[in-house]
Amino acid sequence: MTAIRTRRRIPMTLMARREARHGYLFILPWIIGFLAFTAIPMAATFVFTFLNISLNQQEPIAFVGLDNYRRLLGDEQAWSSLGVTFRFALLWLPVVIVVPFLLALAVNSKSIRGSSLMRVLLFMPYVVPFVASALIWQNMLVDNGWVNRALGWIGISPPSWLNDPTWVIPGLVMMGFWGLGAGIIINLAGLRGIPTELYDAARLDGAGWWRQLRHVTIPMMSPVLFYTMILAVVEVMQYFLVPLVLFNGTGDPAGATRFFNLYLYQTFFTYQEMSYGSTLAWLLFVITLVVTLLLFRVSRHWVHYAGER
Amino acid sequence: MSADTVPAAGSAQDRLTPPSRPRRMPRATLYWIAKHALAIALALMFLGPLVFIALTALMTDAQALTSQLWPQSWNWGNFSEIFTTTPLLRWIVNTMVYSLSATALMLASSVPVAYALARIRFRGRKTAFLLVILMMLLPPQVVAVPIYTLWASMGLTNSLWPLIIPMVFGDAFSIFLLRQFMLTIPREYSDAARVDGCGEFTTMLRVILPMARPAIAAVALFQFFYCWNDYYGPLLYASTNADSWTLSLGIASFKALHSVQWNLTMAATILVMAPVIIVFFLAQKVFIEGVTLTGVKG
Repeated sequence: MTAIRTRRRIPMTLMARREARHGYLFILPWIIGFLAFTAIPMAATFVFTFLNISLNQQEPIAFVGLDNYRRLLGDEQAWSSLGVTFRFALLWLPVVIVVPFLLALAVNSKSIRGSSLMRVLLFMPYVVPFVASALIWQNMLVDNGWVNRALGWIGISPPSWLNDPTWVIPGLVMMGFWGLGAGIIINLAGLRGIPTELYDAARLDGAGWWRQLRHVTIPMMSPVLFYTMILAVVEVMQYFLVPLVLFNGTGDPAGATRFFNLYLYQTFFTYQEMSYGSTLAWLLFVITLVVTLLLFRVSRHWVHYAGER
Repeated sequence: MSADTVPAAGSAQDRLTPPSRPRRMPRATLYWIAKHALAIALALMFLGPLVFIALTALMTDAQALTSQLWPQSWNWGNFSEIFTTTPLLRWIVNTMVYSLSATALMLASSVPVAYALARIRFRGRKTAFLLVILMMLLPPQVVAVPIYTLWASMGLTNSLWPLIIPMVFGDAFSIFLLRQFMLTIPREYSDAARVDGCGEFTTMLRVILPMARPAIAAVALFQFFYCWNDYYGPLLYASTNADSWTLSLGIASFKALHSVQWNLTMAATILVMAPVIIVFFLAQKVFIEGVTLTGVKG
């Protein structure tokens, strides 16, 4: 740490300056891309939120102050769709973070036969086009589909997954199970990276399976769990494509799948209200950012970076 | 072999040792059975849907609507029917052009950025990396309208170009993963190259690139699969022009048009999945190893 600090105070040598010049040269294309496709559009969208741009209106574009924000505050549909997204997130986040970890633990076990075949199998749905997998699961979840038949065999009277507003969210979560492959692989990679000496030491100290998990595996895996958590939050806030494909964006059954992002998408592309859509988009970004920052803040207490310098 | 002999030897020994020992063997066996039951249940859960679509794809129109599981007759003709009733080949070509060019451009642009962020010292490097992370967090809708307007003003909407051209400027996820990997390559390799008189560009090309090959392969495959399966991008830019439809758009429209012909929808689904699954099987070792190597280090 101190070594780096003193190095910075020394005036740059010719070589260091040449190195820095190369650095800027290498990232220049990306900086141009960042300005063109992120920074400037972001600023533009922010300006839109104070205007009244809408493609199906004749009024001239004008500055409307906080009108869009006022409309947002009174917009029942926006808040109820945000509620749908949050309800889904509440159910989905624990699944997408914990299940891949547990499955990776199971598959990582050397005593299971065919675990390499298993890895391929668990990962495969990830490469299935998502439109295809949505269609497959729609077929699996219809009233007389395979899922309900399997439930019938074990004596459970199955719900109508895709028609019942209370069961459609769990149904979507179940579909999501199939796409957990990438998470499993990332968790497996993390587990492989834990030095075996740590387990040897724990065993010498008399730690059993549970205490090894609690005091070695989980702390060592915390950066991986944190990484999957952040990605999951970003993704869950933007979730809408599966309901869009399954229900053609109608929000069926009874508005239970009108996710916030679906509402946002329709405001933009169905109703073509650019200014109001931009306001909704900024709300989504701010919520994502706040949640992510909170997670980063909390992460200091539980995420452990073994290689931290 | 060894699984049979080891417990037997253990139980013989158990008789001579304190009473707490004999429990170990049945408990281990139970554990073994439980683990394998879980593994088999998982395998079924992941394989089940694939078996289901394969069986449905081979049924007649009428049978596919019933709740029967096994096809009464094997209608292989369903597959050729997809080719005659839809421009499937055109969709495949479009998807190929999109996926391959986006992946190639992404690699050419992201590798130097990742290299600079990981291995070149310059002021503002930390800020640049924070911007990469910010880009990863940004919901695409926040920038969608201005970008759409930009492409429309250039007359490039109704095509896949708006999805391919931005790759010239690099992709945040790929830059992030490549940088994390390049950080793990010891500094000494670059120093040695510099002593030999290599500039940054030569060092990157001759020294770091070959060493980062697994990460590059993983990132390339991630990008390829992402584009191949992308639905949102083509929906936004190409859905109004049937000539530039990709497989994802095609199959979604197919479902809308043939909603009662589940057998054909499922046959189309299989045809869409087959190429990626083949690529995945051929590349799975590279892929999984690449992900393992890139890891997720802070």
